[in-house]
Amino acid sequence: MQRLSIPLMLTLLFSALIAASQTGLIDLYIQSVIMFIGINIILSSSLNIVNGYMGEFACGHAAFMAIGAYVASILNVWLFTKDKFFGSPLLPPEMAIYCFPLVLMAGGTVAAFAGMLVAIPSFKTRGDYLAIITIAANFIVTSTIINMSAIGGARGFMGMKKIVFAMEDVVDLPWMLIWVIIGTVFSVWLIRRYVSSTYGKGIIAIHQDEIAAEIMGVNTNRMKLTAFMISSGLAGLAGALFAHILGYINPGSFGILKSTECLVMVYLGGMGSLSGSVISAILFTLLLEGLRFVIPWIDAGLHWLNLIPDAYEISQVWKWVIIPLILVLLMQFRPEGIMGNKELSDIFPRLRKWYQFK
Amino acid sequence: MALLEISGLTQNFGGLCALSDFSIRFNGDELTGLIGPNGAGKTTVFNLTSGFYTPSAGDIRFKGRSIVGLRPHQITGMGVARTFQNIRLWNDMSVLDNIRISQHYSMGYSLWDALMRTAVHGRGEQRIDRTAMEILESLNLSHYAAELPRNLPYGIQRKVEIARALSIKPSLLLLDEPAAGLNSADIQGLIQLIQWIHDTFDIAIWMIEHQMAVVMKLCSWIKVIDFGVTIAEGTPGEIQNNPDVIKAYLGDDTI
Repeated sequence: MQRLSIPLMLTLLFSALIAASQTGLIDLYIQSVIMFIGINIILSSSLNIVNGYMGEFACGHAAFMAIGAYVASILNVWLFTKDKFFGSPLLPPEMAIYCFPLVLMAGGTVAAFAGMLVAIPSFKTRGDYLAIITIAANFIVTSTIINMSAIGGARGFMGMKKIVFAMEDVVDLPWMLIWVIIGTVFSVWLIRRYVSSTYGKGIIAIHQDEIAAEIMGVNTNRMKLTAFMISSGLAGLAGALFAHILGYINPGSFGILKSTECLVMVYLGGMGSLSGSVISAILFTLLLEGLRFVIPWIDAGLHWLNLIPDAYEISQVWKWVIIPLILVLLMQFRPEGIMGNKELSDIFPRLRKWYQFK
Repeated sequence: MALLEISGLTQNFGGLCALSDFSIRFNGDELTGLIGPNGAGKTTVFNLTSGFYTPSAGDIRFKGRSIVGLRPHQITGMGVARTFQNIRLWNDMSVLDNIRISQHYSMGYSLWDALMRTAVHGRGEQRIDRTAMEILESLNLSHYAAELPRNLPYGIQRKVEIARALSIKPSLLLLDEPAAGLNSADIQGLIQLIQWIHDTFDIAIWMIEHQMAVVMKLCSWIKVIDFGVTIAEGTPGEIQNNPDVIKAYLGDDTI
């Protein structure tokens, strides 16, 4: 019974969310916030494999997200919709609902192989130098997409909404919400299994002393390869989901700013803590959304107090002042992040009865 | 067939010749010492043997097979374990995990098994747990299993590092200055421990050591190098009275 408690709880939560969005109890805005929380959980926990557990400093996570997003979107649009570039659909649009998980997997797989782009240099390079390589990889990916006019170039790529509508035509359910939740649970499940096995703990050994790891029999190159591939593959999955939620993607949304967001979430949560990554992704998304409402209040309040001139308005751009400021304060007062390298069960031992985190 | 056969081993770092024409042979269960003044090239020999450097010239054969050019983890998998001069345990994971991760070369399961938690993975993890606990128990370290190495006394950390090396069931154990930084009581314990390991596990042990008490007591054969050149070898008695060795350590009295 206790072993089943987590799957049971997740199933209940899952059905409650689906039911609530079906009956209109939660509106589209709240649904989209929930979906972005899911996407961010995938992004932060997958980046945590490389930056937290393995101790590297990869700052190009958005590149793999972009690859996943573009591969999945192009596949779906090519297969199931009439597009001015790809022509008439190859398969009837009713098939989209069945092929959707396969397309998501395809996006993740291609992104995983793209992960080799940084995994192979990482055999010899560490630290700052690897950070530069990952940033370069991010630029390579975005500028390649910008220069491919067949897939929209800098203007972006769209048509994914049609896929979502095609799925809803067959069975009327909030499909994107369903797939985001499945994707999130899958990612966390996969990462936990990876880092809790002796196999995966090899990357923690690399973090703590790479030379000792290699000398004590850990195949460090293979470990780095698998860690980077799992990490970027899951980022690709997140990208594929992201593209279908928005229905429109452009290379600009996968730039260095997006990668930085992923980094902020990892360091906010704590390096090498899976529960930390999940918590920080939730907090970060809620914070971003919360600021949407809070900034106008601050604006109104300051105007009312006559502290700022009438002509000046505190706009949403201030979000990008407040968030980095939080990061600065975090690094100053709690550099190890919310959870450090602990899991929830280390802080609340009673949870261990229900769920083995490590 | 010799267990380890090193012949004509030479290592240059740029223009510096760290080691020249070094040869040694292990038949199976010797306890041999490698001594020499600071900077003589002792650790270079170990780094070459464990695959951390690729030699400029010469050959290293382990169990009849040349191991030159193999990666360190492959050499470890063949049965060469080592410890480090400055202890290199993974300090942020428990002693037990330190030993479990050292079983990486013999996990017997793949990434797929780990992710899918197949029966192969279960058996592999069980075997790893059993090996780790066995080795900790045999060295009387089992009550430290859950501790982080950084919180343990220095002497115990040394012992844990030796346990970690032994856990891979080596046929050749390289100990790089095991007595460095230990007090005299710990050194007596260490001498007994190394003797016990040698008797119990029936493996060849090759150690670098500065503490003459340890070397003279344990080793049956000693090799002395200075500036990368072998200057003497023999039994402890012969080495102690060798004029070249005395000169290397104490200097020449002609000014």
